[in-house]
Amino acid sequence: MNDVTLSPSRLREGLGVGLSSPSKLEQAHPRPLPQAGGGENGVWEVLRSVPDPEVPAVSVVDLGIVRSVTADLVTITPTYTGCPATEVIERDIRAALDAAGYRKVRVETALSPAWTTDWITPEGRAKLHAYGIAPPVPRGAAVVCPQCGSSDTAEISRFGSTACKSLWRCRSCAEPFDLFKCH
Amino acid sequence: MPSLPPIRPEDEAAARTAPHGTGAFDAVAELEPGILFNTLLRLGDDSLILGQRLGEWTGHAPSVEVDLSLANMALDLIGQATLFLDGAGKSEGQGRDGDKLAFHRDVLDFTNCLLVEQPNGDFAQTMARQFLFSTWQKLLFERLIASSDSLIAAVAEKAVKEVTYHQELSAEWVIRLGDGTEESHRRMTDGIGWMWRFVPELFEMDEVADAALTRGLFTDLTALRPEFDRIVGAVLSEAMLEVPGDQRPILGGRRGHHSEHLGHLLCTMQYLPRTYPDAVW
Repeated sequence: MNDVTLSPSRLREGLGVGLSSPSKLEQAHPRPLPQAGGGENGVWEVLRSVPDPEVPAVSVVDLGIVRSVTADLVTITPTYTGCPATEVIERDIRAALDAAGYRKVRVETALSPAWTTDWITPEGRAKLHAYGIAPPVPRGAAVVCPQCGSSDTAEISRFGSTACKSLWRCRSCAEPFDLFKCH
Repeated sequence: MPSLPPIRPEDEAAARTAPHGTGAFDAVAELEPGILFNTLLRLGDDSLILGQRLGEWTGHAPSVEVDLSLANMALDLIGQATLFLDGAGKSEGQGRDGDKLAFHRDVLDFTNCLLVEQPNGDFAQTMARQFLFSTWQKLLFERLIASSDSLIAAVAEKAVKEVTYHQELSAEWVIRLGDGTEESHRRMTDGIGWMWRFVPELFEMDEVADAALTRGLFTDLTALRPEFDRIVGAVLSEAMLEVPGDQRPILGGRRGHHSEHLGHLLCTMQYLPRTYPDAVW
């Protein structure tokens, strides 16, 4: 079987195709890429600059998508099983690492333990709020409108623009807003 | 297109007495090495077919909020299917991935339960199907977290949170429509009535499920039934609906005996990758 297509599933598994593979990348670049020597801290620094493709106000680190970093391996986890951003995130991380010279650092995806909104960092929660998305709160707790700060809010729809958000409205300022669902 | 297996006299005799679809299973002798493959295939096919069905609503739902809900549930299910079917392909070792299994198998090779391939009908029928399936899938995934297969366990652990949401959302609609107007009540009664025939299959244990259970990959489906009945009974009661009486069970989806509806679904789903086999995004 001579299958050289970049199907999403192959990309996701990082089977040595395209951007997931440093060796292929090296072949594709006749000139040497810069080499970075920042180690783990340097890799974290790069990851903090990679925005989530759906909510660009927060980084993949803020969202708790990055589970671990070593000098040669970044482990990430998808938010939702069917989240279409998962592939884009892996690609963006690969590109950012390559651009910063971390060509030999692999990116792998782990499903377990399952991602939870508890892993969103305090900075991430603050950034979501500032961006106009209410950060997750436990079921039954008051949802605060990110526009005007009122707690007089009501759910409109259990699913919002993406699977990870539900749609709410504020009764005080009459604005609709997204709530990042507790997951 | 594979041809149907030959009908042997003993199969015919068994089919006359047993419920539809419980006849002898020719492939069982070849299954031994493929227990994991078949288990992953069943899990993946359930999610794939229901995901495709829900996708049919996109742009047609009663309101934009409902449209989003159905599309997002479809996305969760397709995500499950991708993981399960990619895993199935890997365990098979024949170079097939999730896309190959989804788009290049014929209807006789699909192992989903009959419930998920039932037509959408009206919104009430869709929600009746979703409620019965998600209630079952949640109970199933809660147990599969303990599977001896790390992929099944990881997907179950991850997806059970999403399925909980599907179950709550569909239960709310069953109650809202059942305990709504005269017309919405009638439609939800019809929806549950249509889907109820396919409930017994969800709890069927056959050769593949038994073998998977023995290996610790799977769980005893019959043990889920009391909890399922309790949850469904409570929701239908709140929805002012009767729990339908026992019916002659219709089985066979797990062994490739499907209703006419699945072929039509596959025609739409598989058209592009089969017409242009090398097409990629």
